[in-house]
Amino acid sequence: MTQPITARFQLDYGSFQLDVDLNLPGAGVTVLFGHSGSGKTTLLRCIAGLQQAQQGFLKINGKVWQDTEHDVFLPTYKRSLGYVFQEANLFPHLTVAGNLQFGLKRIAKSSGTVDLQHIVELLGIDHLLDRTPDRLSGGERQRVAIARALALSPQVLLMDEPLASLDFKRKQEILPFLSRLHQQLNIPVLYVTHSQQEVAQLADHLVILAEGRAQASGSLMETLSRLDVPLAQDREAATVWQVSIAEHEADYHLTRVEFDGGSLSLTAIDAPIGSPLRVQIYARDVSIALEAPAATSILNVLPATITGIADDQGGQTVVRLQVGNQPLLAHITRKSAILLGLHLDMPVYVQIKGTSILN
Amino acid sequence: MLSPSDLETLVLTFKVASIATAMMLLIGTPLAWWLARTHSGWKGIINAVVALPLVLPPTVLGFYLLVLMGPAGAVGKFTSWLGLGTLPFTFTGLVIASVLYSMPFVVQPLQASFTTIGEQPLEAAATLRASPLDTFFSVIIPLAKPGFLTASILGFAHTVGEFGVVLMVGGNIPGKTRVVSVQIYNHVEALEYSEAHWLAGCLLLFSFTVLIILYTVLKTQPVAHQLK
Amino acid sequence: MLPSRFFRPFIATWLILLAPTSWAATTLVAVASDFTKPMTEIAAAFEKATGHSAKLSFGSSGKAFAQIQSGAPFEVYLSASEKYPLELEKTGFTVSDTHFVYAIGKLVLWSAMPGYVDDQGKILTTGNFKHVALADPAHAPYGVVAEDVMKSLGVLDKLRPLFVMGENISQTYQFVSTGNAELGFVGLAQVIDVNNGKIGSGSGWIIPDNLHSPFRQMAVLLKTGAENPAALALVDFLKSPTALAIIEKYGFGLPK
Repeated sequence: MTQPITARFQLDYGSFQLDVDLNLPGAGVTVLFGHSGSGKTTLLRCIAGLQQAQQGFLKINGKVWQDTEHDVFLPTYKRSLGYVFQEANLFPHLTVAGNLQFGLKRIAKSSGTVDLQHIVELLGIDHLLDRTPDRLSGGERQRVAIARALALSPQVLLMDEPLASLDFKRKQEILPFLSRLHQQLNIPVLYVTHSQQEVAQLADHLVILAEGRAQASGSLMETLSRLDVPLAQDREAATVWQVSIAEHEADYHLTRVEFDGGSLSLTAIDAPIGSPLRVQIYARDVSIALEAPAATSILNVLPATITGIADDQGGQTVVRLQVGNQPLLAHITRKSAILLGLHLDMPVYVQIKGTSILN
Repeated sequence: MLSPSDLETLVLTFKVASIATAMMLLIGTPLAWWLARTHSGWKGIINAVVALPLVLPPTVLGFYLLVLMGPAGAVGKFTSWLGLGTLPFTFTGLVIASVLYSMPFVVQPLQASFTTIGEQPLEAAATLRASPLDTFFSVIIPLAKPGFLTASILGFAHTVGEFGVVLMVGGNIPGKTRVVSVQIYNHVEALEYSEAHWLAGCLLLFSFTVLIILYTVLKTQPVAHQLK
Repeated sequence: MLPSRFFRPFIATWLILLAPTSWAATTLVAVASDFTKPMTEIAAAFEKATGHSAKLSFGSSGKAFAQIQSGAPFEVYLSASEKYPLELEKTGFTVSDTHFVYAIGKLVLWSAMPGYVDDQGKILTTGNFKHVALADPAHAPYGVVAEDVMKSLGVLDKLRPLFVMGENISQTYQFVSTGNAELGFVGLAQVIDVNNGKIGSGSGWIIPDNLHSPFRQMAVLLKTGAENPAALALVDFLKSPTALAIIEKYGFGLPK
């Protein structure tokens, strides 16, 4: 891991205040997650210098971009960043190629380490180069915008809800590209979204923002399973496990995957043994039993330890468990929790009814 | 038919209008840009000042200019101090008066065009390493092209058609400040109606052509459409 | 009962509308702009003396001429020259034989700067000025007379390049009064101090009549005003001692 990103901002608009102090990893995808009005986009714009926080300190890879105490504020155009807007924001008077060249022409030749042709292929836009933006679909526009930002080989890539303006189909069209970027380019990405799906699929590091403050910041797995953030209570609450393929059971059309401290059976996945995989487990798909069920149709029954219990005051209890070395969330009724007499450090069994593969 | 003196006024008129239009674009562009972007409290006042010639009778503007640029006026004292003499009855004075009088016709389309472009392309350009000046030339001007065309055509046409201001500060000097609108007026006053008809017809044809260009050719690509 | 209740307001309204036309009438007058000041005063005196009123429209004589030919509702026309009223008479726009000279125009070579114009007009031959203002001789009577004067003095060709031409005599006065033209030919009425009959400000030379063709200003009753008692009364009033006194006070010569 390279030198981290330090971002401290204080900004007061009267009705809205931003007050964050974050240390973020210098690699992988950091998702800034929050509902609208949480300040996630404002934070991103402050990092880009598109908005100037009254008080701020920002250091990226050892270079100070803003330091109000020492009157340092690097204007956006002097910051080595790539920015992908919610609306692609391509220049309508230039072709796709012209848009891609725009930034490239303006950076010092020496700093160009990313091969434009490689990016064009990675994002699948080589057949669009001669078109003007008005002749592109929404998904194509966004891919060009991402390529345009990457072409600068920036120190950091900032993405502001790049999929928010797209319909489901277009989102599915772009997500694989983003995952590939993640794997193939060594550029830290700060990614703003309010979609838990995108969080689960893309994040390595997660920052949860609410009302201008960071509620939590940490690795995806840890942060998703924290009971002290409202996310755990959400109907869509889920944990994400990093697993690898261990065995294909062709007869049953199943694939067994291993994680740190156990294994899971999943419907067959067409990938070689050893491939890394992300598995999302919804809290509502996890049930708890005190003893190992002798006869059950559920394949994935695992021993676990209770590491936290929270009541949502609405008849639902959120239980945090440890399975091997992986955290897991379960949503059960309050009545069940009382009847089973659940308490901290209690050994139990979890039954996982369903899983979804993220990549 | 057009007499040599009529032709002379036509040539002079187009010369004044060309130079005035160039000057208006030079001054009007930064002004319109500022007006389109600023949140300053002065915006309303400056907007009003720019729009003033639209509502003020030209003779009022002309009279003020005559007084201001005259030997006793502030501007006149300044130009005399510079060794330029006073401006009324000179070609330069006529151009300056035209610039002031037609300025809203240049500033307003530009301002509208810049406002329509909005923040987004500017922010995109900034994240792509373009300095503000660079952005202005490589993004704003191409995007505001219809606005610039409209501004130039309107500014030019309005300068050609101006009368009241020219009458006040020009002094009706043949070959120097007697422009076509004044010449038409002179023909009418001198009861030379057929000469007046010829020249007025030329002007009518010119104005009509300009407006046709504005409403048909340029309408095919309004600014708003381009930004979609 | 019913009719009176309904008709009383109508009758009242009708009477009110009728009132001015039957007892005191109004006439619309086109006045050459050089005659602005005296005519304003004459109109006030006219109203006081006759009860009629005169609405005045000031402008260049040529413009009024064109407007009258196009059907403008003027009833009396006070031109700065003889040319236009006679022309209108020829084309049948006037009540025949009503034209008369109401004043003789006086021209002044004037400058806003005190002591600039000498009382002989020598400045025209010796002066080192950049502009000389005059009304456009192509259509303004004062301009024609100004050219006459320069011709008589033998300086016309020398001065022509320095001409700045006002659309009418008022504008010419503006050019000079603002100092943009060092001197110019204006009407005496524009610069006279009515209290002492002398030039009020700056410096000027009242040009003798023998240097130019007679500058007779002519008025005429137009056909539109033939039936209007106010128009008829105004034409008479312009020849009255009261009016003549005012005309003289403003520096015009009186018709012989």
